Amino acid sequence: MTDISQMPDAAPTAKPKSGSLFEKDARTKRRNAAESRFKMYGIAAIGIGLLMLVVLVTNIVTAGTGAFQQTYLELNVELKADKLDKKGNGNIEDIKKVSTFGYAPLIASALENEVVQLGIQTDLKPKEMGKILSKAAQAELRNYVIANPDEIGKAVSFRFLTNSRVDGYMKGRVTRESIANDKSVSVEQLDFVDQLRDAGVLYKAFNLDFIFGSDASDQRPEAAGIGVSMLGSLFMMFVVLALALPIGVAASIYLEEFAPQNRLTDIIEVNISNLAAVPSIVFGILGLAVFINYMHLPTSAPLVGGLVLTLMTLPTIIISTRASLKAVPPSIRDAALGVGASKMQAVFHHVLPLAAPGILTGTIIGLAQALGETAPLLLIGMVGFIASNPPDGIVAGFLSPNSAMPAQIYEWSKRADPAFYERAWGGIIILLIFLVTMNTIAVLLRRRFERRW
Amino acid sequence: MMNQMTNVERSVDSKNIKIAANNVQVYYGDTHAIKDVNVEIEDKTVTAFIGPSGCGKSTFLRCLNRMNDTIDICRVQGDILLDGEDIYDKRVDPVQLRAKVGMVFQKPNPFPKSIYDNVAYGPRIHGLAKNKAELDEIVEKSLRRAAIWDEVKDRLDAPGTGLSGGQQQRLCIARAVATEPEVLLMDEPCSALDPIATAQVEELIDELRSRYSVVIVTHSMQQAARVSQKTAFFHLGNLVEFGETGQIFTNPVDPRTESYITGRIG
Amino acid sequence: MALSWLLLILLALAVIGYFSGRSRALASAGGNARELHSLPSYYGYNVALTTLLPALGVLIVWLLMQPMIIDNTVSGLVPDQAIPEGSDRGLVMSEVRRVANGLDGAVASEAMTEAQAQNPDADIEALTAALKDAGQVLTQDITQPILMAAQKYRSMTSNGSVAMQVVVLALALLGAAFAYVRTHKEFRARNVVEQGILALLLLAASIAILTTVGIVLSMFFETLNFFQLHSWKDFFFGSTWAPNFRGGSELSILPLLWGTLYISVIALLVAVPIGLFAAVYLSEYASTVTRSVAKPLLEILAGIPTIVYGLFALLTVGPALVSMFGNGGALGVGWMASSNAVLTAGLVMGIMLIPFVSSLSDDIINAVPQSIRDGSLGLGATKSETVRQVVLPAALPGIVGAILLAASRAVGETMIVVMAAGAIAKFSGNPFEAMTTITTRIVSQLTGDTDFASPETLVAFALGLTLFIITLGLNIFALYIVRKYREQYE
Repeated sequence: MTDISQMPDAAPTAKPKSGSLFEKDARTKRRNAAESRFKMYGIAAIGIGLLMLVVLVTNIVTAGTGAFQQTYLELNVELKADKLDKKGNGNIEDIKKVSTFGYAPLIASALENEVVQLGIQTDLKPKEMGKILSKAAQAELRNYVIANPDEIGKAVSFRFLTNSRVDGYMKGRVTRESIANDKSVSVEQLDFVDQLRDAGVLYKAFNLDFIFGSDASDQRPEAAGIGVSMLGSLFMMFVVLALALPIGVAASIYLEEFAPQNRLTDIIEVNISNLAAVPSIVFGILGLAVFINYMHLPTSAPLVGGLVLTLMTLPTIIISTRASLKAVPPSIRDAALGVGASKMQAVFHHVLPLAAPGILTGTIIGLAQALGETAPLLLIGMVGFIASNPPDGIVAGFLSPNSAMPAQIYEWSKRADPAFYERAWGGIIILLIFLVTMNTIAVLLRRRFERRW
Repeated sequence: MMNQMTNVERSVDSKNIKIAANNVQVYYGDTHAIKDVNVEIEDKTVTAFIGPSGCGKSTFLRCLNRMNDTIDICRVQGDILLDGEDIYDKRVDPVQLRAKVGMVFQKPNPFPKSIYDNVAYGPRIHGLAKNKAELDEIVEKSLRRAAIWDEVKDRLDAPGTGLSGGQQQRLCIARAVATEPEVLLMDEPCSALDPIATAQVEELIDELRSRYSVVIVTHSMQQAARVSQKTAFFHLGNLVEFGETGQIFTNPVDPRTESYITGRIG
Repeated sequence: MALSWLLLILLALAVIGYFSGRSRALASAGGNARELHSLPSYYGYNVALTTLLPALGVLIVWLLMQPMIIDNTVSGLVPDQAIPEGSDRGLVMSEVRRVANGLDGAVASEAMTEAQAQNPDADIEALTAALKDAGQVLTQDITQPILMAAQKYRSMTSNGSVAMQVVVLALALLGAAFAYVRTHKEFRARNVVEQGILALLLLAASIAILTTVGIVLSMFFETLNFFQLHSWKDFFFGSTWAPNFRGGSELSILPLLWGTLYISVIALLVAVPIGLFAAVYLSEYASTVTRSVAKPLLEILAGIPTIVYGLFALLTVGPALVSMFGNGGALGVGWMASSNAVLTAGLVMGIMLIPFVSSLSDDIINAVPQSIRDGSLGLGATKSETVRQVVLPAALPGIVGAILLAASRAVGETMIVVMAAGAIAKFSGNPFEAMTTITTRIVSQLTGDTDFASPETLVAFALGLTLFIITLGLNIFALYIVRKYREQYE
């Protein structure tokens, strides 16, 4: 009839049957209000979720960063020969006979000297002055002397840890008001601390010992570190990686590529999806009953922890590995089979390498999950053990009692002295740094190797 | 093909424009999907949009009740006037618009609810019934209009998803007419149906013409010839030709239309 | 010879087997690899695997069985009279093991000769003194029957490990010889190796079953022991949880179950609305950018270890709640005495579960076909009407499944409740009071000085088994619902 280009611009229009579109009726207004309310609920829900995340992270950071700083007092200690080497023969065995306690007078007199030199006025007796230092100071001095017996008779400059109350005072956790009922520190001592700080010999510095050091007893929170339990976690992760990865990949290959459709396969699959949701504490009971009570493996050993965490991580790894195997298109298998490869060869030569990045991603996420897990470790005795010495050697690393990072954090959170809480939060920062790193690697791997077929 | 077409009755007696589109452009991100389309859709008429896959006919149809709003990257330019009012005016609430311009989709998409609730859904949200009796009446009337009442009247509480494909599509039509729309858009309503169900739906479309302006997108030229009075041929986002169905199929002006209806492109 | 040496020898044998098998196959084909049925390396693998696998299999089974057999035998040697009043065979057996270990240690540190250690007529006091001098830990005085049993235990253990080494090595050599002899160019090495690998793969897959069986058995037998010492009626239907290590404990699961459920319900009350609304917003409203930012951020909450939530509850949320509801708190109501409370644990657990609920619901909402949404929008429904009246009802079964999975998480969660719920078992409706849960009690009964013969310890296994059954039931039911739901839209 007509071509579009010749169509008339204006055409007669029909009268609208109902009201104009330009006017919203009351009902529409009501409905739109309901719509925006509903949308607000959604935004609020997300807001609450994100707010919680922010609160949690801020909380961790503000409460935990303190653990990375510690208050130190610089002292010039004269290693008096008449106290340390009474026989004067320099024999190391004789020097070792001087107990930790015997070093206390050296520190006290060093402090006294310091006070005189800096011109500090205080009514405190030397013994009370010494109490601002950590109980670890004497041991530190002794270890130094035993390691360097030649230094006896000389004056050596040391940086000693201060007591946790002094540390808390420097960090603002302890105040003059808060120590009213506290026998371990007095207001005079805090005044003294102020004077030392003004003189520049008492200061806060980065605390490397927290990251690499070992746990300390209840009385010395200032000396406690997470390093040894970090090693415990590391050995556990070795066990998990060495067992869960091969077993998980083998199981996934079987289920995804070879399993016949039968009852056994069904049972295995149902089992795996259920194991993934079994509470972790149940795995701890399993570990206690089987590995410790039945097989008599050593209590608190990273090997046992690793075995338990392996069983717990396996389902995660199997599920993600199967997903990455499934993502490799059948055409790859067909191509390999088509040139005469056996099914096994097709899987191991072609499918598995293509699925490797996905498997690796899943494994890292599984490891991260295992690294943060605490509950099963409670039952196999990795909590309550004071990890005061690093394991000597690799075998000992697996078999001798140790703690693990989350277990150490839990341990600290149970102690009475609030100074340990700061350690616990600091430990969480370190744990989270590990987790974030692992997850970032996993995400990067996925991005880098993500393949669209 | 020609034989079928001559059998179709064509009668376009009034020139009552329901929807007028002027210089409509649609972009999907950087893709120019609809280019400068002008078309006039008459009341109480079946208008068919035909054309090869990807020519933009469905996109254009979805512009008519602003269903494209749900796609983030889609932008529409130009005027589309419903009864002289620009439906893309910012005063227009798409919700109110869609109550006037109903839509039936390619794949039957009944809600996972009972047959009754499927049909009653529109009237309920738009508040068309004052009480249960009125709602019952609307449901029955709509199901009758969609020519499915006799098949389902005894099982209104059964789930709509349990019906056959053809029944589901007629249920969806009943659901669409229950809100008393003025225009009914149908996006390839028979493409998922078998020939018998297709025949039923086509018959229904012809009946619906008495009350509504119907716009139907179809892949099948025979179907366009059977049910429509006006036909628009889309090709590569352009409206190539628009006119009386009989004229388009027997005596196309544009060589592209001729190629398409004789099967050379598409 | 230590286990590690045995393993190393096995490994070395396998490596030697690989190369000899390979070269023998090549030799049989006159050096032309094309004449062989399989690639040369398969002949090598065949020999290596035949050397390794049977030997390793026997080794593992032996290691698992030996302690059980020795325990049974030795335990039979201890006469009933030798078991002191108030003790039992299990305790005596651990004493026997301790003595045996002590003798081992003493011999190893050369504080004692092997002959002294094996002398059945040894003077017990002298022996005890010698052991103590050697730095071995003994808890009670050694008696004659215990010494006899310990010596038997030692000799069986050492004989057993010698026998094991002989058997394992012999098996390895036999396997190597068998496979080596069979190596010939006509031999279908690849098929045999692949069969072997397939068997290994199946074995790996079966570990899942083994784990489940291990979980059930390890708890089942100890639970049976528990029910022999303690009435099952009290456990299931009693009303008091009052363990008393001097005996006469009342150990009922019901107060613990009440605490567990109460905390879980609070957690779900927090997590479900927030998680669900977040999921709806993310899947229905949010722009691609918002979604790609908010979703991973929310999921960080799911990746945070529970110990962190535990500490958060213990040190932050608990004190904050006390400062609000406690004595002299901001609201001045004085409802809350301690920061350990049902509310503390429930709130924090709820936060932990938000991403769990939201990502599961998100998946489920996304599985609702777009065509249904279009159908509703095309009728002029607003988005919220579409969500509330079409999408959510369609997704309901899946969402119920997701909530059940979250509930199972909440019931089995340990660290948060251990740190923040408290230790008092009671029936109370007051959310500001401390209550205790099944998992908390499992931890407290099994840590510290554990004596595996008392009902107070064994009850942990009964609690564990109950917890396992509850969560398993919830999981199976939830997974079933979710699967049914997915099938509906596939």
